[in-house]
Amino acid sequence: MKMKSKTDVVIIGGGVTGCSLAYTLAKKGMDVCLFEKKYLSSGATGCCGAGIRQQWSTKENAELAKKSVDIFEKLSKTLDYDIELRQGGYLIAVHDEKEMKQAEKNVEMQRSLGIKVDILSPEKINDVASILDVKGMDVVGATFCETDGHANPFKTTFAYANAAKKNGAEIFTHTEVTGIKKDKNQIREVQTTKGSIKADFVVNAAGVWSKEIADMVGVKIPNVPLRKEIMATERIKPLFEAMIISFKDGIYFSQQEEGQIVGGVPIPEQKPGFKTMPTFSFLHHMSKTLTRYAPSLKHVNMLRHWTGFYDVTPDSRPILGETSQVKGFIHCHGFSGHGFMLSPMVANLLSGYISEGETSKVLESLSLDRFKGKKLTGETYVVG
Amino acid sequence: MNKKKKTIVCRCEDLTLEEVERAIDEGYTDLQELRKKLRIGMGPCQGRVCIQIVMKILERKTGKKIPKKSLHTYRPPIVPVPLGSLASDENEK
Repeated sequence: MKMKSKTDVVIIGGGVTGCSLAYTLAKKGMDVCLFEKKYLSSGATGCCGAGIRQQWSTKENAELAKKSVDIFEKLSKTLDYDIELRQGGYLIAVHDEKEMKQAEKNVEMQRSLGIKVDILSPEKINDVASILDVKGMDVVGATFCETDGHANPFKTTFAYANAAKKNGAEIFTHTEVTGIKKDKNQIREVQTTKGSIKADFVVNAAGVWSKEIADMVGVKIPNVPLRKEIMATERIKPLFEAMIISFKDGIYFSQQEEGQIVGGVPIPEQKPGFKTMPTFSFLHHMSKTLTRYAPSLKHVNMLRHWTGFYDVTPDSRPILGETSQVKGFIHCHGFSGHGFMLSPMVANLLSGYISEGETSKVLESLSLDRFKGKKLTGETYVVG
Repeated sequence: MNKKKKTIVCRCEDLTLEEVERAIDEGYTDLQELRKKLRIGMGPCQGRVCIQIVMKILERKTGKKIPKKSLHTYRPPIVPVPLGSLASDENEK
């Protein structure tokens, strides 16, 4: 495919967010070019735990997630591609009275947004997932949202990319962005390993590589890469449908469509950086925590484990919208481990802004400028 | 009964030659994208049985050699290990 000389929007990054934005913009009739330095879903999207959750502690995240679920529910049909959505719910373990107080507050906020979420007593936990050992989990209860769930991140990305192409977007894989030219304070041109292209907007959806892209236009962003490990077992018969998570233990796990159990846990010695090799510490820590939660899994084989990255901001919330320093430069990164599940709504917000200049309270509250001097309410409901 | 013989390319995922060729025709011409679309190499063998065959099919269909750097990564623990063994403290001092 030959690159044209000019486009309305360049998107940098072929993960689920870049591809969903390419689709929504192309659907609105805009001219879109997406550049991905490796292959589609090669970054955080392709390594992620596939979860879709609406139970958040900050209202912005809960609202974005709720609206994203509404879109996910129709997405296979909209994009004519099965994304393997399964709504088996999310069960969040609550370990003590302090956590329960916080959970009660969050549930009230989530319910005000129309999210169906309940507080469960320990006796009710096995009704959701019979393989759980409530004693081993050491809980005083749980919260449960039945419309949470998971979908296939690869297929969701491919579905968006294919639909984007059908609507006229051009997607270049194995094409690395090497520079961005600006004229005064307006984006002008993007240079890649396959040639240059003029553009009015550049969207930085490069995940943990967003910092390098922002540096190209002289914009500083506060993101740090946090290395995360995750594993998959062999396929077994369907045992439970919910995603099980705990903020205290950091664990999350679910059984996927094909039968494998996929999950992760942070290792005690975790620190920021780009190191990619999996560790023995994870193997031990994960298997220990997982078999404490679900003892019968000790007979199940682990097949493989791999590393991915969270692109983490100081308040664990994404950075979205046009930067005040360079006109046309759009932030779309910092998802801090929950980019996949927010991608449908993020694409809607940003495509509305880019094509019609629409803005909203949520979009404004997630601007880069929020880090200037003000005290922030961070998202505390982060696992893995 | 369907008498047409099926050629299985990936035994872990029961993938046929036809399915691999169809995905390539649909545009999944990057080995990694193909892998993620079809789950090739994600089963117990981790691609030791199938990935060479899939590479050959891909090279034949696209007429392009697959660059070494885009090859498959083998993930620990390399062979399947029960979670109970990994969780055990018996070997710790």
